[in-house]
Amino acid sequence: MKGKERILRPAGRIHGGILLPHLKGTADLESVVMPPPAVVKIPMLQHIGAPAEPTVKPGDKVFVGTLIGKESGFVSAPVHSSVSGTVKAIEDTAVGGRNTKCVVIESDGLMEKDPDLKPFEVKSKADIALAAERCGLVGLGGAGFPTKVKLSVKDETPIDTLIINGAECEPYITSDYRECMEKYDDVIEGIYFLKEKLNIDRVIICIESNKEKAINKLYTIAADKRDKDDTVKLMKLPTSYPQGAEKVIIYSATGRKVPAGKLPSDVGCIVMNITSIATLYRFIKTGMPLVSKRITVDGTAVKEPKNIIAPIGTSIKDVLEFAGGISEDASEVIFGGPMMGVDSCDINSVVEKRTNALTVMREEIKLPAVTPCIRCGRCARACPMNLYPASVEAAVDHGFTEKLKKLNVNYCMECGSCSFVCPAKRPLTQVMRLAKAELRREK
Amino acid sequence: MKDILTVSSSPHLRHTDTTRGIMSDVVIALSPAAVYGCILFGWRAAAVLAVCIAFAVLSEFVWEKALKKPVTVGDMSAVVTGLLLGMNLPSTIPLWQAAIGSIAAIIVVKQMFGGIGCNFANPAIAARIILLVSFPASMTKFAEPISDAVTSATPLAAENGTYTLKELFFGMHSGSIGETSAFLLLVGGVYLILRRVISPVIPACFIGTVALLSLISGENLAVSVFGGGLMIGAVFMATDYTTSPVTTLGKAVFAVGCGLITFIIRKFGALPEGVSYSILLMNILVPHINRFTLAKPFGFVKPVKEDAKNA
Repeated sequence: MKGKERILRPAGRIHGGILLPHLKGTADLESVVMPPPAVVKIPMLQHIGAPAEPTVKPGDKVFVGTLIGKESGFVSAPVHSSVSGTVKAIEDTAVGGRNTKCVVIESDGLMEKDPDLKPFEVKSKADIALAAERCGLVGLGGAGFPTKVKLSVKDETPIDTLIINGAECEPYITSDYRECMEKYDDVIEGIYFLKEKLNIDRVIICIESNKEKAINKLYTIAADKRDKDDTVKLMKLPTSYPQGAEKVIIYSATGRKVPAGKLPSDVGCIVMNITSIATLYRFIKTGMPLVSKRITVDGTAVKEPKNIIAPIGTSIKDVLEFAGGISEDASEVIFGGPMMGVDSCDINSVVEKRTNALTVMREEIKLPAVTPCIRCGRCARACPMNLYPASVEAAVDHGFTEKLKKLNVNYCMECGSCSFVCPAKRPLTQVMRLAKAELRREK
Repeated sequence: MKDILTVSSSPHLRHTDTTRGIMSDVVIALSPAAVYGCILFGWRAAAVLAVCIAFAVLSEFVWEKALKKPVTVGDMSAVVTGLLLGMNLPSTIPLWQAAIGSIAAIIVVKQMFGGIGCNFANPAIAARIILLVSFPASMTKFAEPISDAVTSATPLAAENGTYTLKELFFGMHSGSIGETSAFLLLVGGVYLILRRVISPVIPACFIGTVALLSLISGENLAVSVFGGGLMIGAVFMATDYTTSPVTTLGKAVFAVGCGLITFIIRKFGALPEGVSYSILLMNILVPHINRFTLAKPFGFVKPVKEDAKNA
């Protein structure tokens, strides 16, 4: 039977979750391709794991897609040039608080593609993981976990479900949504390709209910001819932050809980970001690895918010200038959205593979005055992991490390919901980080 | 734009709700019943409310100034305590006694335990009980509605059938200033639930338990539910954040306990009313209820014991 239930309803609803202002003003704006900047600086570490090793030296001529950094170790990813030009230097720069080698390339402005790039032939199941590796693909939702590792599942762990994460639950960000609207074919072809090659029983494409147009567009998937046995399904998730968090979306999509310390594959699932799957398919089709990113540039201080496709390694200064500049009183530039994004300390930081947004906030959003906890319990009610941030704060203040273990602080994914809802404006998420660090120190 | 940027910890968005906003919502929710009390019992009721609020705010201010602590009267919580206490007093009470009640609520019950968020008992409830044992005569002398006559009998103590359901529900009877109109208190409660200030669990379980037990034991249901301090207690006093449990299960346990104790005191005790005592007793149990109703985190795996690992 085909199309009986065209849009799936969520299989589970987690505890907590909060309603955020969407602020997705860039949703209907076509992405703009940024001209190549004069210089790009490409870090060798743009992912979780070991940094890549540079394979080029100053003076080398490179093209778009040329390998410039080779992966070192299993949890690692190769890096490719994002422009055509000449390697100027290899220098150490602090990226995300860690000194990392960066390859500085002077662009010739031509954006010539590497002549050696050719479509990737997938013969076996293992080739999919190899394709993800060659592509330099990392989780594009923001975490930057090498996709190769995710797709290298052993035969003894059966995978029955592929979940496509299009929740994009952070305010402001629309880059995944625009990928879905503009590169619809890559997304769909990628899904069928992966489903067939990995021999997965069912695919669930998860979109939050606030993205009506994407849902309507993906709706046609239900009528796709290839899907004879009706196994590729669209699921409309309630708009509730943090819906896109991996464990949350697995529970929403399948009703399965990933136990602490386990991976999605342990419950038979692979979760892929919607942009990741389109990028992987483009690599297989054309051989072009991950060299540019669609970035939502938005926030209270951005004059002309829009989605920009920028070469990896472009400085955020160049990106913001291309976006029409930012207002004088801008103070914070956030990599990612306002809930989980990390502040950049330097305007010369560069766009990475995992960068999906630059949110620039004005000075007026200074830290609010902190008042005493009134034990209203809103933090506990908001927590998707069912923790008690206010109790954790009390335990941290009193130095009760044993208590921190009982309060299971290590389950915290730092989504920011507790700090968001706190009427006393207490920095609860920051305290959770502190508590986790305290437990690590104890060990 | 500077080259070096400001950094702060995520999240960079905050909800607009503040402690002050929540407390203001409680004042708004209480005001219909308070205004009605003033109409019912005259200017004397208004004077009691004013004295209670003024002394609550003043004693908080003086205490914090004297101890060189940050002054928190701006968060409106002292106003809520004063107003709640006033609404729980008879309109005939001498004003100096009302003032003592407010001072006790703020200084003894709230500030001595560390101020807002640290008290183990609801300040207004504890203060009412302090007054009840200190000045039993003036605490049980109620004015008749819209008259100068004085009575000691609220509907709970009066003979069965004295009041009609309508009189009980809308509050045409003697009692403490703010407790008479069940209708207006419920309106306030619905406002707080809609504003998501309180969850309906505690009021529903508290009132439900009292109603069920009264029904089973053959008491007059309308009098039990609408005739005493149950409405104001269940909606506004038992739902106090600091002195009620965090989880929904904990809240239910707490509220059923309140209902049970209220019923036992009313039915078997020497007192006509038991709402305040029941809430105070359950307040004391809150840390234990919290401990036993702590929920397991999502995807919980039982940690392996250290010695099991070594074995």
